[in-house]
Amino acid sequence: MPTIKSIDDLKRLREEAQKVKELRDQTGKTQIVIGMGTVGIAAGARDTLKAILTFIEEQHLPDVILRQTGNIGVGGQDPVVQVILPGAETVTYGKVTPNMAVKIMQEHVVKGNIVQDFRIEA
Amino acid sequence: MAYYRSTVLVSMDPVCIDKGALEIKQQLIKELALLNLSEEVQVLDSPRIGDPETDGPDILVYPEASHYIQLTTSTVGPIVMEHFVKGRELQQYKAQMRDVTDEELSEPKDKEIRIILENIGKIDPRNIEDYIAVDGYQALAKVLGEMSPEEVIQTILDSKLRGRGGAGFPTGLKWKFARQAPDTPRYMVCNADEGDPGAFMNRKVLEGDPHSVLEGMAIGAYAVGANQGYVYCRAEYPIAVSTLNIAIEQAREYGLLGKDILGSGFDFDIEVRMGAGAFVCGEETALMASIEGSRGEPRARPPFPASKGLWGKPTNINNVETYANVPKIIHRGLEWYTSMGSEKSKGTKTFALAGDVAHTGLIEIPFGMTLREIIYDIGGGIKDGKGFKAVQTGGPMGGCLPVSDLDLPVDYETLGAAGSIMGSGGMIVMDEGTCMVDIARFFMEFTQDESCGKCVPCRVGTRRLLEILEKICAGKGEEGDIEELQELSEQIKKNSLCGLGQGAPNPVVSTLNHFMDEYKAHIFEKRCPAKVCRALIKYEILDGPCTGCTVCARNCPVSAISGERKQTHIIDQDLCIKCGICYQSCKFDAIEVN
Repeated sequence: MPTIKSIDDLKRLREEAQKVKELRDQTGKTQIVIGMGTVGIAAGARDTLKAILTFIEEQHLPDVILRQTGNIGVGGQDPVVQVILPGAETVTYGKVTPNMAVKIMQEHVVKGNIVQDFRIEA
Repeated sequence: MAYYRSTVLVSMDPVCIDKGALEIKQQLIKELALLNLSEEVQVLDSPRIGDPETDGPDILVYPEASHYIQLTTSTVGPIVMEHFVKGRELQQYKAQMRDVTDEELSEPKDKEIRIILENIGKIDPRNIEDYIAVDGYQALAKVLGEMSPEEVIQTILDSKLRGRGGAGFPTGLKWKFARQAPDTPRYMVCNADEGDPGAFMNRKVLEGDPHSVLEGMAIGAYAVGANQGYVYCRAEYPIAVSTLNIAIEQAREYGLLGKDILGSGFDFDIEVRMGAGAFVCGEETALMASIEGSRGEPRARPPFPASKGLWGKPTNINNVETYANVPKIIHRGLEWYTSMGSEKSKGTKTFALAGDVAHTGLIEIPFGMTLREIIYDIGGGIKDGKGFKAVQTGGPMGGCLPVSDLDLPVDYETLGAAGSIMGSGGMIVMDEGTCMVDIARFFMEFTQDESCGKCVPCRVGTRRLLEILEKICAGKGEEGDIEELQELSEQIKKNSLCGLGQGAPNPVVSTLNHFMDEYKAHIFEKRCPAKVCRALIKYEILDGPCTGCTVCARNCPVSAISGERKQTHIIDQDLCIKCGICYQSCKFDAIEVN
């Protein structure tokens, strides 16, 4: 439990609390969709998901929403991750390992450059 | 702070809790823990989501905004498995998309300004961080870090904030008096004994945004020099009490109440005291007696609470809404606050709009708006296309204002001059089908019942007023009754000890002033113009439209209707109990009320 001892503590806590609150407000934000069907989970989608979650938390990215869906429908490419920047087309990545996920987050989500090497046709 | 990929809001509406929302929440937390999802999925309490009666218990899952309804402990498991593990929505438990509205507090209308109500439904009242996220406790930090108590008092004086409990006394002045009292310790009290029938704005604030009240009290305590505060809340508001207690507990854990707040050296703590719901305990001296553990009876003032209050010590008492205004004034500044409202009444006021108006519920308006704007533009006019007759402001001690007063701006002075009061914010709209004598009788029944009995004018006077009104409604009014009502009202007003007695005759006086014709019709013509008072109306069957279908005769509970099939029926007036069933059951509009 964070005890607030000074005005600075309070300001810091306000910023953190605002992030959590923004999570619930989802307009105009980057969406990341991860396929968590049976196949996806078997192929390691959960580890990929955790890597993405950790990245978002560490980098303090309040404008990113992580969603999961069932089977995305690109056979043999699981785990599948889709990145949808506001107003942009959906970009689909296949066989995404936790390390690849971090790279996608750094390059595509933060800087806006599609990671062509990992991209697949959906 | 952890980052969650998903947030589940569990509706904590009283009805949902009754239907097992707490068990659902426990089950949800348990299932998530079993699947190692506790760190990915956050579970929060929320005000109502769907209609608790039909949907409860229900949850809302973000970011998908999936609304799962009518949950039981056995449906939680499948939902967790499908939604959070496999990422599929479970259609069979999902609500169909439709407009969801909170009957008590709908979306703001164009002319409303929401300050006190702005966070309600938008933040989780049981999570202090949600309040902090919307700039909560910033005002307290500013006060403790940058302002002297005198500066705080001056700011509140300059804001022209006035007591929202009804009397409209300048809050800054109250604080100044308490600060100047030489005795110590001093106390802060919050009056949350909302007792007006149909009024619930304070409950909504306590249930939806409790920290705004706690923050306002803490700021006031710093200004006044108090270290202990009490919130006096009625036991009929169990959710408000439990929400408040959680809020106080969290504020203590976060160091925003207790010793050495924000490293300033200022100590302040708050306790909730529950009252048994006596109306008179909303009166400040009765309220303090009740907190002390004595019988809730008022005493004569002076001495005012600012010099001799709780346990004989200087005490500052303000209403819930008054305190909720304070952090907003400090945080957003005087210029912003004084830009709203009328000359002598600044800011906004919440009202519980009720009665024969199209949209009932809570509203918040800047002072100075006319009654017409409130009733027609915000309230949507009179229900069922009927005509307006009167509006009663300020609860059972308020006056009834007729159509000629509709363009009055709503503020303390104007309502007072028109013979009514601001009160804590009840507003009851009456259509043309309302009998004003009956309404006066109804309110008198309430105040007579709630009179504490300590002083004679109120105890005996309200009883006598009620008896005369009952007599008039029963068709037994006689010459001299009106004069007696006037005389009694004046005496009760002048001689009663507290606000309850002093205000009790208001409904009678105002209806006598504006609707004298109706009193006269009851007394001298034995006629109730609005056709409400049973003793003064009779049901009759019209010769032409009656087809002799026998429906009325078969439905009459006392067999007062007779007649052959296909012949006009007749009501035996000696047997008729005037229940109105025949009137409602006739398909041919053949029954007339006279």
